[in-house]
Amino acid sequence: MLDVTRIRSDFPILTREVRPGVPLVYLDSTATSQKPLAVIRAMDEFYRHSNANIHRGIHTLAEEATAKYEAARQKVAKFIGAASPRQVIFTRNTTEAINLVAFTWGRANLHPGEIIVLTEMEHHSNLVPWQILAAEKDIRLEFIPVGDDGLLDLKAYQKLLELEPRLVSFTHMSNVLGTITPAAQIIQMAHQAGAVALVDAAQSVPHFMVDVQALDADFLAFSGLKMCGPTGIGVLYGRKELLEAMPPFMGGGEMIRRVHLRSFVPHELPHKFEAGTPAIAEAIGLGEAVDYLTSTGMDAIAAHEREIIAYTLERLEEIPGVQVYGPTAEHRGGVAAFTLAGVHPHDISQILDSQGVAIRAGHHCAMPLHEKYNLPATARASFYLYNTFQEVDKLAEAIYKVKEVFGS
Amino acid sequence: MDDLYRELIIDRYKNPLYRGELEPHDISFEDENPLCGDFIRIDLRVDEGGRVKEAVFSGHGCAISQASADLLIESVHGKNLDEIKTLTKEDVLEMLGLELGPVRLKCALLSLKVLKAGAYGLGEASDELVD
Repeated sequence: MLDVTRIRSDFPILTREVRPGVPLVYLDSTATSQKPLAVIRAMDEFYRHSNANIHRGIHTLAEEATAKYEAARQKVAKFIGAASPRQVIFTRNTTEAINLVAFTWGRANLHPGEIIVLTEMEHHSNLVPWQILAAEKDIRLEFIPVGDDGLLDLKAYQKLLELEPRLVSFTHMSNVLGTITPAAQIIQMAHQAGAVALVDAAQSVPHFMVDVQALDADFLAFSGLKMCGPTGIGVLYGRKELLEAMPPFMGGGEMIRRVHLRSFVPHELPHKFEAGTPAIAEAIGLGEAVDYLTSTGMDAIAAHEREIIAYTLERLEEIPGVQVYGPTAEHRGGVAAFTLAGVHPHDISQILDSQGVAIRAGHHCAMPLHEKYNLPATARASFYLYNTFQEVDKLAEAIYKVKEVFGS
Repeated sequence: MDDLYRELIIDRYKNPLYRGELEPHDISFEDENPLCGDFIRIDLRVDEGGRVKEAVFSGHGCAISQASADLLIESVHGKNLDEIKTLTKEDVLEMLGLELGPVRLKCALLSLKVLKAGAYGLGEASDELVD
């Protein structure tokens, strides 16, 4: 059981008032999570005491900085169950991680006419890089459909696999519908069909235990900012043989072993894919976030979110005019996208803000999914380890207030 | 920010005075804000002197975008195209009586963008029109 009161006291921003007398009710963790003091302090400490560039210097600060950066990598590797920290590549975010795979593995391995399978509920970051690659290399994109129940149509997926795609790239948890996909099964099916599997784990790694070896994932990408870590740091995990065979992504310092005027020899993993000075303080912050989540307990966090989302669905569904999209509570994580009849999501969001409730309105970087449901926009509330049942009540109350203002 | 939703905006959103389409029209332009689904189309009829004698808007979207369109259309009756070309985002905000953050500002300015693009006879409406 999570001690949410104690957890909340770790997050300084949660005591904020958004206007005098109106406390913050933060329901937008799917966009970015709040950060515990331990993470903020770790980055501050680094700049106050250990700041230096890494990997090259021999002086004390350089050694300290390098040790901290590489310790963070090891923490992340352990957190996701990777066999070796060498398979954990620090990027700027999930988007960059996916682009890295598209423009190194993708470019080197895909040929005209070949097929990539995605899904209808992908975030733009797991769509656009493949669209760019598809145009460049004349590759076909196919999509696993999402049913009205918010779940992926696995029968249709099986049919798509008969086309012998080279890659299946899919979300582990939808940032709109909250659907948690059967990742291990999807990956197994992909492998049986001879395809490589990439998991967009931006919404899963922060919210429940993810083991890359148990999933047998070939690539897996996530961001620090959604898991109590800072912005500017993300992770690409990859199968060792794949990463070793991939050409470099960005070129420059740090990713080389040797440079001549007209040629270079790339460094070994993971450095091959980390060109230039990285986000050192941010990586350290992410390592601290991993410690925080581990000591809180990922299973406890997941259980808490399941209870919160079940309660949220209950409260939202009793409000006349509200429609929630996506699967039933047992198939979803702590995300609820909804509409209110007669009121545009922007207006819902604005009035909720006047009550201190922070949600998101728009298409949440999933335009194709919204087009499929014929929705110009939705409102979205999302939850994390620091949200309470009272906050769900505040959300419901604020929606009633919206109905009052609009007379709907 | 309940005053944001003061009666004028809710009223013009629910009971717009200038919603419609004009066939035939002298000028028609439309644009959307794909980020949120706001869509505005403006139809104008102008006299020989280039003055607007009839103006309407159609579309869908949030209360701010639709209400500001209704207020803007009301204000352009009798104006000539040159005057329309000089309308600014401050004019729109004054009509609405609001201060808006950068995200909602786009909602409020969509109709101005459409109007000016139409007045200039442009192929596309750009954000520069409402800077």
